[in-house]
Amino acid sequence: MAISTIDNNGANLGQLGNRNMVTNGSMQVAQRSTSVAGIGANGTAYHTLDRWQIETGGSNSGRFTMSQSSDAPSGFGSSLKLDCTTADTSIGTSEYLLLEYRIEGQDVQRIKKGTSDAEEITISFYVKANASFNFVLEVLDATNNRACSKLFSTTTGWNRVEITYPADTTGEIVNSNAQGIRLFFWLHAGSTFTSGTLNSSSFNTQTASKRASGISSFYSSTNNEFYLTGVQMEVGDTATPFEHRSFGDELAKCKRYYNSSYNYGVVAGTASNDTPINHMSRGGSYNIIGQMFHSTPMRAAPTVVIYNPINGTVNQLKGDGSSYANAAVLADSFAGTTFYVNGTAISETVFLSVHATFDAEL
Amino acid sequence: MENNMNITTAQYQADRDGNNSNIQATVDGQEVHIPLDPANRHYAEILKQVEAGTLTIADAE
Repeated sequence: MAISTIDNNGANLGQLGNRNMVTNGSMQVAQRSTSVAGIGANGTAYHTLDRWQIETGGSNSGRFTMSQSSDAPSGFGSSLKLDCTTADTSIGTSEYLLLEYRIEGQDVQRIKKGTSDAEEITISFYVKANASFNFVLEVLDATNNRACSKLFSTTTGWNRVEITYPADTTGEIVNSNAQGIRLFFWLHAGSTFTSGTLNSSSFNTQTASKRASGISSFYSSTNNEFYLTGVQMEVGDTATPFEHRSFGDELAKCKRYYNSSYNYGVVAGTASNDTPINHMSRGGSYNIIGQMFHSTPMRAAPTVVIYNPINGTVNQLKGDGSSYANAAVLADSFAGTTFYVNGTAISETVFLSVHATFDAEL
Repeated sequence: MENNMNITTAQYQADRDGNNSNIQATVDGQEVHIPLDPANRHYAEILKQVEAGTLTIADAE
């Protein structure tokens, strides 16, 4: 339904609320860090803004800084910024740089993909750069490996891009906490991904050579900057105004995928005695350190990293006067994690503490 | 692309009853504790690499 057809008497409330399937599209939440430099080596990782992943491959020599920027269009407080710090003008065939967002299958059932009632989807976002570039936004149905790619352009000012992707009656998306839809912003790619004709008119089985044809390279110069915010994915052929949510709402949504015992804004591994997970030792050789219950149930049992609060040493816990090695996980679920240290006798009067991070990203 | 992780070590950790409860691993240079949950992306990648014969999970001590 086009927004122009909604009147005061007939508002479709289901469409007006929770229509944006992207969490942290306004780039408000950055639990891990607000800036990380030197990114670009092969890998798949979350560095700064929650839910926004960087994927690189093909041994790029380009490097960049990823940060949360206050440069944003009217009505927004933050954006995601990529700043090229090492150029790569000799593009190897298999190189790529992707900014990626992943959505659970159970959260995209509304697009009815793979049914005769399949819906179009519209993705909108605000973007700017230091110059005019062409990049691609590819939508992948991760269940069935079916994709569609669309080009968009940047200018030196903030512009809202609105792209509608066709309905796809082939391939239902899994209705679970597994990957459902993946959004790829293609910012750099070798001929492996650009040599074909862009697969832009319909969803088809993903073909490497048709994924990013026609894009510019973010690595073409160290002058290059890329800014993004206001990312929204919704059902239908119309980009409605961005659905703003409070910081608290966005943070709670992000904690389904990443949580930390550190105070918000404190990078994991920083020496910090604020809010660690504490417990009085009960002595013996099997010491329970404590438990962390997640304020938001996580998507799956998370991967845990344990830090000593006083110095950030991994797999170590803090006692009253000493630190102890071999801190480990006893039990781990979507609801919480229990820590312990095995094999070290600790007096029952010692007060123990640890910090930890929890990763249940898709 | 699929997850691109460099997993260099992996060892089961046992609970008090001697059952494997999680895997202590080194992923992209970071020491982590990975639950035995197929929905966890790190565990899924470990299973994939074990299946491919490129990674072995050591027994718990």
